[in-house]
Amino acid sequence: MIAGILSVIGAAICLVFGLIFPWMKVPIIVGLCYGLAALGVAVLMRAGQVSFGHAMYSCIAGYTVAFFARAYPALDGLLLVAAGVVAAVVAGAIIGLFVVRYREIFFGMLNLALSMVLYSVLGKFYEITGGTDGLRLERPPFAGFHFDRSGYETALLVTALLASLVLGALVQRYFGSAAGEALAGIKTNETRLEYLGMSARRILWSGYMISAALCGLAGALVVLLQGLVTPELGYWVRSGEFVFIAILGGSAHALGAFIGAVVFQVIQLVGTMLLAGTWKMLLGATLILVILVAPTGITGVLPIKRWGKSREPKISLQPIAGER
Amino acid sequence: MNLDLLPLALADGFSYAGLLFLVALGLTLIFGVMGILNVAHGAMYAFGGYAAASLVQAIVNRGGEVPSVVLVLALFVAAIVVGVVLGCLLEIGLLRRVQDKDPVLQLLITFGAFLILDDVQLLIWGGTPYSASEITGRLGTIELFGATFTAYQLVFIPLVALLAYGTLQYFLRYTRVGRQVVAVTHNAEVATALGIHAKRIRLVTFIVGAILGALGGALSVPNTSLVPGVGTDMIVLSFSVVATAGLGQITGALIAALMIGMARSLAVYTFPEFEVVVPYLIMVLVLLIRPYGLFTVAQARKI
Repeated sequence: MIAGILSVIGAAICLVFGLIFPWMKVPIIVGLCYGLAALGVAVLMRAGQVSFGHAMYSCIAGYTVAFFARAYPALDGLLLVAAGVVAAVVAGAIIGLFVVRYREIFFGMLNLALSMVLYSVLGKFYEITGGTDGLRLERPPFAGFHFDRSGYETALLVTALLASLVLGALVQRYFGSAAGEALAGIKTNETRLEYLGMSARRILWSGYMISAALCGLAGALVVLLQGLVTPELGYWVRSGEFVFIAILGGSAHALGAFIGAVVFQVIQLVGTMLLAGTWKMLLGATLILVILVAPTGITGVLPIKRWGKSREPKISLQPIAGER
Repeated sequence: MNLDLLPLALADGFSYAGLLFLVALGLTLIFGVMGILNVAHGAMYAFGGYAAASLVQAIVNRGGEVPSVVLVLALFVAAIVVGVVLGCLLEIGLLRRVQDKDPVLQLLITFGAFLILDDVQLLIWGGTPYSASEITGRLGTIELFGATFTAYQLVFIPLVALLAYGTLQYFLRYTRVGRQVVAVTHNAEVATALGIHAKRIRLVTFIVGAILGALGGALSVPNTSLVPGVGTDMIVLSFSVVATAGLGQITGALIAALMIGMARSLAVYTFPEFEVVVPYLIMVLVLLIRPYGLFTVAQARKI
């Protein structure tokens, strides 16, 4: 409950700041998109799996938005977003069938490998994808209106805020539901889960599609905001950033991803000021620090997990000693 | 494809497979003994390469008559120095602390280390391409099937790769430390109970693995140039070799490296767009049929 109130207050602050300082709209929208994508990665982290390639779903959604916007310039922005998310979910469903058979290192690296394939294919087929220059798109009508630039950004800001609030709450519901608890069961003890009569693969598959949808939504919004999509959107560095934010925020509560995104942007800002092109160093150092000091992330350390109903699964059912 | 290009493609693939095998060998050895997938291995490759190129250039720039042997030795010296320094730093500074944690968290720790090292490399060597093509020229060329190959590419790299394979196999089977490494791989607890200093064995393994990664980079500079980002490509590529073979499989890695190296170079000559994709396609195909790699032995499931 408290976390919900905090989220609404946070969203209100974002909206007020965005309206008072117009230059802040873009960073706030980008931050919310990072939060949404990291929330997707956090869903899988609930199951103990870390994907190093989820930026590919942002990329798939982004290119879908660009293709549709270029083919049908009159198409509404909201419809474009929907098309992007559908494409990401379909791709996630197909790729998911393959990757849910793997756990831990294999799961993470297979996602990475597939995202590298997508990245290089997008860069090579110049005629269709525009190569590394990517595709530009005109500003589409949004929710039935033809906005000027400022109005368009405000509309995107409101959309991103609403989406974050609603989806954050839904994901939190999902964590507390039977399917969500089963997802956490994959982390605790998969064999016991199977003995309860549930298919671990199917549960992970549904979680995988949810995470693909969230990453896809983030990618679609970013592309609409920038009016440009490049293969960079699916580069491994993006995936790494999503993982970073998800680890930093922790998967104990959906709010974590958004707190993580704020911290990430602060680090990025400070880092680029201090270290210019080599700011990723700071990211690496923070990641190591978080894992050494607080491996459950911010929401795992703060009493935030007691505010919501669902909790991080307790690791009391460890495999019998001697393994690995 | 033009059939005249076939020997060229095969020779390229052969030499590339040699490099790939060296890097993958280091990765799979570290995984086998420590259970850690070392993402920072890509940084070893890059650092080894840049250090070797700088060292060779420094020697050449000093002027005077330098024997080729010295230049070739410089590659190995650079790789060993990089491997020992970075290996000690990472193992003692980081990995030792997270020994009992989740494998994914261990992987993330090495990923963090990789992010740092990647930028350190950018700070030291900048964005300009580095290479050491002097060496290739000096070792001469070989005529084969009517095509001309550099001896460095066709003979030297595969030779080093095979030598590394042979030495490692001998080390693991017939030396005291090597047998201890095998024991720790099988069961660290029992090995410790039998009086093996598992901590030291882990350090030794990590350093050997790091040297192999750095050596791969060092041997690549005579015929390719290094650019930023080379470490990332190599870590994913060598992972695809290791995964195709099965994590921890040394002989398997040799075969998988040959497969992927050859396939990639055939792709370069036939469908260049797919060059980057081919290794992953092979890995995905293999993993679809054998989920834990070609040469993995079945393991009992522990509940």
